[in-house]
Amino acid sequence: MALVLQTVDLQKRFGGIVATNDVSLSIEKGARHALIGPNGAGKTTVINLLTGVLRPTGGRILLEGEDITDLEAHKRVHLGIARTFQINQLFPDLTPLETIGLAVSERLGMGGQWWRLVGSKSAVVEQAVEVLDRFHLADVMHERTATLPYGKQRLVEIALAIACRPNVLLLDEPAAGVPEAERHDILAAVAALPKDVTVLLIEHDMDLVFSFADRISVLVNGELFVEGAPEDVARDPRVKAVYLGEEADA
Amino acid sequence: MMAAEESGDASRTLVAQANAALAARARWSPLEIAFWLAAAASIFLFPTKHLILTEIAILGLFALSLDLLLGYAGIVSLGHAAFFGFGAYAAGLLAKYHVVNEPVLALLASGIATMLLGFVTSFLVLRGSDLTRLMVTLGVALVLREIANRLEITGGADGLQGIVMDPILGRFSFDIYGHVAYVYSLIMLFALFLVARRIVNSPFGLSLRSLKGNPLRAAAIGIHVNGRLVAIYTIAAGYAGIAGALLTQTTQFASLSVLDFERSADVLLILIIGGTGYLYGGLIGAVLFKLMQDWLANLTPQYWQFWIGLILVIIVLVGRDRITRTTDPIRALVQRATDRVWSGVRGSG
Ligand SMILES: Nc1ncnc2c1ncn2[C@@H]1O[C@H](COP(=O)(O)OP(=O)(O)O)[C@@H](O)[C@H]1O
Ligand SMILES: [Mg+2]
Repeated sequence: MALVLQTVDLQKRFGGIVATNDVSLSIEKGARHALIGPNGAGKTTVINLLTGVLRPTGGRILLEGEDITDLEAHKRVHLGIARTFQINQLFPDLTPLETIGLAVSERLGMGGQWWRLVGSKSAVVEQAVEVLDRFHLADVMHERTATLPYGKQRLVEIALAIACRPNVLLLDEPAAGVPEAERHDILAAVAALPKDVTVLLIEHDMDLVFSFADRISVLVNGELFVEGAPEDVARDPRVKAVYLGEEADA
Repeated sequence: MMAAEESGDASRTLVAQANAALAARARWSPLEIAFWLAAAASIFLFPTKHLILTEIAILGLFALSLDLLLGYAGIVSLGHAAFFGFGAYAAGLLAKYHVVNEPVLALLASGIATMLLGFVTSFLVLRGSDLTRLMVTLGVALVLREIANRLEITGGADGLQGIVMDPILGRFSFDIYGHVAYVYSLIMLFALFLVARRIVNSPFGLSLRSLKGNPLRAAAIGIHVNGRLVAIYTIAAGYAGIAGALLTQTTQFASLSVLDFERSADVLLILIIGGTGYLYGGLIGAVLFKLMQDWLANLTPQYWQFWIGLILVIIVLVGRDRITRTTDPIRALVQRATDRVWSGVRGSG
């Protein structure tokens, strides 16, 4: 299988803290890959490095063999990497329709046009409405995002990444804080993505991880600890020690 | 089959709703139309006030320029006079040395020259916090003022004298009562307002509002944040430059005062009075500011700045939020009226 995303000895230091310590990940095309680990393990930092929010202090990032280590964040999106944030990062004053429309028109290369009115390209509106409808956001698409309940905002957060039609989707705890009933919507939408879309999922809920992932990487203290198929990771005594040991200690 | 058709209908309805909602944003409201009718009427209603009205129009254009930066892209500036002054001197030099004699062409040339300055200096404000931006913009304006002060060609502290303007389009000569100057300024303001209105209602304008709210997420959906900031900074500089050029053309004089810090501070004050992010704030603010200045100057010649300062403090303390909240019901009313008028127009048409 072809590798889509690869990191080579990726490292990130924040002063004295080594948040990412020589992480070498290999993610195959179409993989449903989970990245797990205790709080503060450095999972979010890895996503920030992959998406260009942070620059690594060492190592390289390859997208389909191309070095993108120094590429600006927005260019990585154009190459097909999209993400969601652990803590919602939305546009509070815009409506969900405008929000999703932004991502669509950017993807279609119309985001910088200043002579055209918003909404005058039917392709943008149609695609935006389709995404909103898929996430059950159509009924609130004209409201200010800031006024939406948390669950709806979380859906906008996920829908916004999907609207970028990524080849590689990085999900940072997408179901965090979402009530059980709405979790299903999010997971169903992720599960319904085309098979060739590669997904990297950070998640704490182990049931969810094991039902979703075909491969799991465990990160502890910034280091890649174990990587393998779900069954193997589940059986690995070291993983048990990290997870169960923590609980036993606590 | 049936189900597919039904869901097709449903999604078509949603798309139609979405289109309608987006189109509504860019629609002219009755208040807007009234505003511009009043502006046009002022030409005939106040023929003796054309000099001060010209000043107001120019100030309004200058504030509109800052609104594009502050209200839409969230870029703060304490040195916006740099562009106003640059445009003012550019227009003066073009006329004085007969480079471009026709005023409208000279105005455009001054605007384009100022855009170049805006483009170059935009890279200084890309990085950094609001505080850095305040300092950098302030610094650029100070440097420019000092350059104008030292150079021979700008006339130093004496200013640029001996400017004689040709008739507009070769036909309309500037008169001492400022009639032609006012009509000219008002037309330019309106034309540039139309362009600005188009820009803020475009995908580009929407992307500005997004990156103002959350640059991190804007970049994460593929928006070239810095590119957009450079673009709007350049455009805003051009607007300010044209405002400055209008001042030179209508007064046939340019002095160091066009680059004064006070001018940068005033325009910020005007926007705070009128409100940001809806394009009319700068225009309404300019009217209120000039009226206030006039009224207070008559009332207490020495202390008008004291009163202006006090009013500023009150506005900031009371908070624009609270002020807008009291006007929200009015806005909602206007919105409803707009919708009704437009649906009426469509219904009958
Ligand atoms: N911007 C930052 N500056 C300083 N330290 C940071 C920053 N971001 C993350 N860290 C530190 O890096 C470590 C890993 O954090 P993070 O990647 O958020 O972990 P996780 O997502 O696995 O919970 C933590 O110790 C955190 O405090
Ligand atoms: Mg995290």
